[in-house]
Amino acid sequence: MTIYLDHAATTAIYPVVAERLVEDLQKLGNPSSIHTAGQTARGMLEGAREDLARVVNCDRQEVIFTSGGTESDNLAIKGLYWESINHNPDKNIIISAYTEHHAVIDPIEWLEKYQGAKVHWLKVDERGVVDLDELEQFVKDNQDKIALITLMWSNNETGVLTDLRRVVEIAKANNIPVHTDAVAAFGHTDVNFFPGLTAMSLSAHKVGGPVGVGALIVSRNAKLTSLQQGGGQERDIRGGTMNAPGARAFASAARMSQTKLSTEGWARHELLNHLTTGVTRAIPSARFSRGSAPGVPDLAHFTFPGCSGDSMLYLLDQHNIAVSTGSACTAGVARASHVLIAMGRTQEEATGTLRISIGRDTTKTEIDEFLKVLPEVHAAALKAGLTA
Amino acid sequence: MKVLAAMSGGVDSAVAAARAVDAGHEVVGVHLALSRNSGTLRTGSRGCCTIEDSMDAQRVSALLGIKYFVWDFSERFKSEVVDDFINEYEAGRTPNPCMRCNERIKFAALLEKALALGFDAVCTGHYATIEEHDGNLELHRSPATAKDQSYVLGVLTTEQLKHALFPIGAESDKADIRKEAEARGLAVAQKPDSYDICFIPDGDTQGWLGEKLQEQPGDIVDRNGNKIATHTGTHNFTVGQRKGLAIEAPAKDGKPRYVLEIKPAQRQIIVGPQAALAIKELGGQKFTWCGAAPKNPEIPFEAEVQVRAHAEPVKCIAQLENNELKVITHEPILGVAPGQTAVIYLGTRVLGQFTIDRTVSAVAPSEDE
Repeated sequence: MTIYLDHAATTAIYPVVAERLVEDLQKLGNPSSIHTAGQTARGMLEGAREDLARVVNCDRQEVIFTSGGTESDNLAIKGLYWESINHNPDKNIIISAYTEHHAVIDPIEWLEKYQGAKVHWLKVDERGVVDLDELEQFVKDNQDKIALITLMWSNNETGVLTDLRRVVEIAKANNIPVHTDAVAAFGHTDVNFFPGLTAMSLSAHKVGGPVGVGALIVSRNAKLTSLQQGGGQERDIRGGTMNAPGARAFASAARMSQTKLSTEGWARHELLNHLTTGVTRAIPSARFSRGSAPGVPDLAHFTFPGCSGDSMLYLLDQHNIAVSTGSACTAGVARASHVLIAMGRTQEEATGTLRISIGRDTTKTEIDEFLKVLPEVHAAALKAGLTA
Repeated sequence: MKVLAAMSGGVDSAVAAARAVDAGHEVVGVHLALSRNSGTLRTGSRGCCTIEDSMDAQRVSALLGIKYFVWDFSERFKSEVVDDFINEYEAGRTPNPCMRCNERIKFAALLEKALALGFDAVCTGHYATIEEHDGNLELHRSPATAKDQSYVLGVLTTEQLKHALFPIGAESDKADIRKEAEARGLAVAQKPDSYDICFIPDGDTQGWLGEKLQEQPGDIVDRNGNKIATHTGTHNFTVGQRKGLAIEAPAKDGKPRYVLEIKPAQRQIIVGPQAALAIKELGGQKFTWCGAAPKNPEIPFEAEVQVRAHAEPVKCIAQLENNELKVITHEPILGVAPGQTAVIYLGTRVLGQFTIDRTVSAVAPSEDE
């Protein structure tokens, strides 16, 4: 049996959600059709929209279903940027941090390269916490030139949380739109679309729903330019035939994972404590990447000096334990993590990393099994060194 | 055995891995990421480090039912192979990067890592064979004359041979490997071979070097030291080159001139008649024996020497003298440049190799050049 400790990459779909999805996929009807079959499909879609709205505490009109987190991030960042410069070409600064997911960094860099955007990357401390004092000062100095602020709710590699309430406070005074990528946070901490947020990205497969479904929550007062034209099905922001079965599966999974979090969140936190204590006891040189900063209760990220992450990953895989190096992967290539580099780690430190992420069914026995093989794995990886 | 199959994404390493599986070894596939900014797709037959190649290797692994990983050796590759390549050119020598890669990456960095992680051997799709004679391991030419890669493996030591596996090395025809890949259902069966230097994907070595090295103008002179033209940088030339010299005044004998020698310190390119390219003696102090060392290398012995991957071997007398391995060829040979590797053969066996740092021309300069 594989011990799967990579739930931050993707996690198992809830069996009841999967069963329902298979049934729903066999139902005929396009939500945009006028006949009865179409109306039934529309009912499924709008029911899902209401359900998801309830989970994240927003209006149902604020839910735009998408194909996943990456599309949601692209839509939010490009849509808000274009809306801003259409009204005032000088309002072209995007504020973000280099610890963001590539789904945020890449569209920002694309806008910089091809659309004349100016970007301000905020400083990040060694725990991965974004410097909000700097944000405050920068906003004061450039208040009329900022198109948007985008900062993730929790980091997908280290689990560190952003103080979004403060971000919104800073932005509010100057009417700056705030987008947050909540893909890594949703289902792992209390995510809700609180007043002041402009847009929030979500993904289904991280919370026990299917791959290929996501949502962008867009405040009803906000306007954004659409990326994808062709029917304007989703509030004129996103064209394309709507995926009603996928939306329903997402909403159900979101609700279930929210309930699980409220009842079992503490237990996951205990499990994480058990894991981090165990790792630092077994390997005293290991460093818990986010240190004392607040983070999600089910994700731990470590650096192991002198080891390469891909050696450890290979050896753990030999023991049927699935973890991640936590770094950006291009076609399966483990690269030094850009997040760790942004946190001030050296190339060498950023190469020797492991991310262990706990799922809803992870047991203490599984964590113990991981802790049992870790010293042997670490010793061999140390011997293999940093050859890579 | 626990075998690590190095998989480039090409047909040779795919079939090699398949045969290692058939032989009953416990095989894990590994693709080496050697470039920090790989292209997405291959372009023609150039390079071998695109994401497409990595995906091809992964697909083959899946069909073979073996696990597959990508290991990032890009830092090592840059410092040990790419930078070495640039430095060598800058110093007026002509290096062989594939050889460096075998010496320092595939059978060093990768092999060391594999052994540390519990593997017994590294398997590749090279065309060469390892034979055991009297308890000693020997590297031999592949019967596939056109594909023989024993030259680029000439740097391997006994310790490296012990942990190397070349499952297709004894194959006499590349076409059979393609057929076998086809029969096994491997989609890479008809994938073109890669010929060029993998880190120069467009094949324009001079252009690539020009970007890395600053222009250092200097003179083109004949063997008697007379200036006959100028140039923009010594890295634009290789020994034996005829075209692109931009010499307006013809030679006295009316025949074309060739690059004979490159002197980066003096920024000089020395040119002369084709006949002067002929070399009769070469030597180098940086040498290794492949497998067991000969008993009395100080006593001159009959051998063959090969100076490029696909050059014809030439009969010679070899000798180890004052810590220099040197050969005197029976017939003059063309196209030899310092920095190249000379591999010494006894019949089909690779005996050893040295990096050429000294050559002696077979023809002395004359007054009328």
